[in-house]
Order: sequence, then C-alpha cells, then structure tokens
Amino acid sequence: MLKGESGESLAVAYRILLAIGEATEAERLIPVKWAHISGVNYNTIGDSGVDFLEQISKSAKVAIRTTINPMGFEENKSTNLSESFIKKQMSIVKSYRMLGTTTSFTCIPYEIFDIPEKGSAVSFAESNAAVFSNSILGLLTNRESALSALASSITGKSPYSNLMMEEFRHAKLAIKPDYELVTELDYGVLGYFAGKTVSDSCVEFNASEEKLDTMKAKALSAAIGTSGSCGMFTQGEGAQQEVVTCGKEEVIAVKDELNTAEDGDLIALGSPQLGLNELHLLAGLIEGKRLKKRCIIFCARAIHNQATNLGLTDRIEHAGGEFMCDSCTCLTPLITRTDYDSVITNSIKAAYYLNHSNRIDVSLKDLKTILKEYADYN
Amino acid sequence: MTKCIKCRKIVGGSGIGNALLTEERINFLSMIDTQNGIIKDQHHQIFGSSVKGAVLVFPGAIGSSVGAYAIYSLKVNAAAPAAIICSDKADITTASGCAISNIPLVDMPENPSFFIRTSGMEVKVDADSKMVCVTNQTV
Repeated sequence: MLKGESGESLAVAYRILLAIGEATEAERLIPVKWAHISGVNYNTIGDSGVDFLEQISKSAKVAIRTTINPMGFEENKSTNLSESFIKKQMSIVKSYRMLGTTTSFTCIPYEIFDIPEKGSAVSFAESNAAVFSNSILGLLTNRESALSALASSITGKSPYSNLMMEEFRHAKLAIKPDYELVTELDYGVLGYFAGKTVSDSCVEFNASEEKLDTMKAKALSAAIGTSGSCGMFTQGEGAQQEVVTCGKEEVIAVKDELNTAEDGDLIALGSPQLGLNELHLLAGLIEGKRLKKRCIIFCARAIHNQATNLGLTDRIEHAGGEFMCDSCTCLTPLITRTDYDSVITNSIKAAYYLNHSNRIDVSLKDLKTILKEYADYN
Repeated sequence: MTKCIKCRKIVGGSGIGNALLTEERINFLSMIDTQNGIIKDQHHQIFGSSVKGAVLVFPGAIGSSVGAYAIYSLKVNAAAPAAIICSDKADITTASGCAISNIPLVDMPENPSFFIRTSGMEVKVDADSKMVCVTNQTV
C-alpha cells in the first residue's frame, strides 16, 4: 500500500487523522506536544505491522517528542526466543529509530519523562498511559490507537475532539464501589468492572480514596484500559444521574473470569511496568527473604538504571528477583504455555492478556500477599 | 427488494457481504485470529464466527490500542470484513485500522437493530453515499 515515496507517509498519516476526526466529530486539528506510540512488541503487530513500519519509516520523521511502548524482550539478555522472532523484533526497533522516536520501551512514560503543564494536549496510545495521564496528570488525550498516535507523531497534530474538550471530561455515570478497597488488585478489579460498564469517555468513582497513590492509580488505569473504551476517570461525590454499584457479586464475577488458577509456577510483576516507588516497596517487602518461585520483574530501562544507582536492584536480585527491561507481561513471548501452566500476578491487565493471548492460567494476588506466600526468611 | 438507510461515512468505499451482527464490543488484539478472521474469544457472543468477507455490525472496539494493527493484519491476510458498521459512534481504533486498510467504515445508522435484524442478511455498505442497503430480506 505504501510506496515509501516522500509525501506518501504524510498522506497516510493524514488519512488516519481524517478518519478519527470524522469518527469523533472534530472540526479541526490541534498541535500536540507529545506522542506515545504502542505497537512495538512483534507479538502485537505481526508481520504486516513489521512491513508497514519498515515502509513508513523510509520517508517519515516524527515532528514532536515521541516515546514508544515496550518491545518483546530485552536485547543482549539470553532467552530461548527464536531467531525469527528476534529478527522481526529488531526490524521494528530499527523502523522506530529511523522514524526518530525515543526508544524508551516503556508503557509508563508518565513516570519517566518530564510532564508538560496541566491542560497540555498530547496523543497517547497505550491505554493505561492515556487513562493515567487524563485522570491523574491533567493532560488531554483521547484513547488513541497505535496508528493514530503514530499519525500524530508524524504530523504533530491530533483532532480536537472528545477528551481534548472540557465538556467530555465530566462523567455522566458514577461507579460506587461497595467493598473494601485496600490493595492495588482491589483497584484493578474496580477498573475492569468500570471499563466493561461504561461506554462514555469518562467515568467517576465515588468513595474511593481521596488521593490515590501511583501504584493504585496505575492498576485502576490499566484495568479500565483493558476491558473498555473509557479514557478517563474522576473521583468525587458520585452526584451523577446514573450510579452503578460495584459490590461483592461484581468483584466475584471479575475474579471468576480472570483468576483461573489457585497457584502458579512463575510470578510476573509489571503490567504496567514497575516504577521506582513500586521497586522501593518490593525491595522493602523482600528484605532478608528468598523467593520460592521464579519472579520476573518487567521494568523500563530508565527506571532500572535509577533503581540500580539506589541499590534497589541489588536488594531485589539478592532475594531471587529477575529483571527484564524494555518489555512487559502483555503478549510477552517470554512466558509460554510450553514452559508454564499458570502464572501469579497482581495485575488485572496482565491476567487478561496471559489468559487470552498467551492462553495461560492466572492466579491473581496482590503484591503483599504474593510476597507473604512465596518469599521465606533465609 | 432493496431497502436503504442513512449513516455517517468514516472511511470511504463500498463493500457487500453477509451481516455479522453482535451487540458486544471487540478487543481486536486479543479476541480475533488475524490469520482467518475467526473470533477466538470463547466468551464472546459471536465466538467461532469469521469476519472474513462479512459486513461486521458491532458497537465498537475496546481494549488494546494495538487493535488497529490487527485490523490491518486481517486485510493483509485477506481475512478482513468487506465493510464495517459501528452501531454506536465509531471509535479511534476501528477508524484508524480501517483507514490504512481501505475497509469501508460507517457508523450510527438509523434504527440499526430494526433494519439489520439477523446475521446472514446480505448488506451493502456504500460509505461514499452514506448509505447502508439490505439487498435480500428473505434470510
């Protein structure tokens, strides 16, 4: 479809922006300050994606700061991945380099890069990042697709519609949790229920903690992104006309769907990738202990470097934790049915994709419970 | 007998095929086999059906932003729908995926549930004329 001629890729970018502009009833395009692109892991875009990116990168360059999602593995770390996977993955990486993106390989750009001032328009694919940025950081972005964020990175523009506009950033429906919200997993369950329930772009949560810590906000954002199309949450009184209760029955329904095993052979942490505060927490919880199961910690290289300087990676590795940079649990080629029957995780998003895409059973437990059950004192 | 209703044009072109109808939204990354177009999520209403050559009538996409690439994969693998009708407002994932795949996409048809009642009815989508037509109502 693409011939790689100059102008051709710009035409493709505008064709995408035109279509999403029509869909969201935008009257104009506005400049955006930052694009974050998904579709980096070969397992997510396949051969046609590899070819598409190779073609478009021949004639296109990003016009604004552009960061990219995790890929399928950590380069230079020994894995049992096929040569074919590695070749295709590295072709994708090469294309993103040629496009001029910052090869951040992270799904938590909001914990790594400096954040533009509140109210700035950005274009974020990667659903957890879009929801988190709208809800916690006050940035303005629609739930962009991998292709629409790419189009915005090349043109520097995005349609002025939906969550870019103040009127869409107020929820019409509120969800009232009727169970105790304590752990990050409790928030993940709430988010998964909300994503399924709401068809609007914004939802309000009533009676959740006044100020969510980052770990809980990430779990909530990622789960909303997984099950629905909602791109933002607010916290408040829940004075909306429509109020839906998320009670014990609803929690059981979510867990029945995603928690398919009692136990697992491997602990996977990170979807979204772990941030510095989570690594601090983890290091504290396993201090002086030894993990009884293999535990992979997915994290961004930038975070890993900081954590190393702070001595956190040493402490975690000492207890048996293994770091995997530049990648994430979602559609990872590193966790396969051949090697594992079931995986333990605290992430609703990881559970969904391990179930659906990797076809592996999942045991859902919050981080503290995981470390209580699977780490012993030396 | 042909009956037509109006809709919005999102991606131009026209396509004809048997309707594949669902009220449930689709995560294109996780729920569909891009090699053959078959819905592989056991919990989905149209589990086991193929979108290949069909006119997919559904509310919209959910979940992964990479779903747009999955739509493109369907096209490259010759397993794409002939056209897509979003019963609600078309979403960004579906719109961008159709845009690079040249799959005609329309949304918000008037009275969709009254008009296209069952899967299997032959439906023509003419996005450029903003029309959806049912050409065979006997199914």
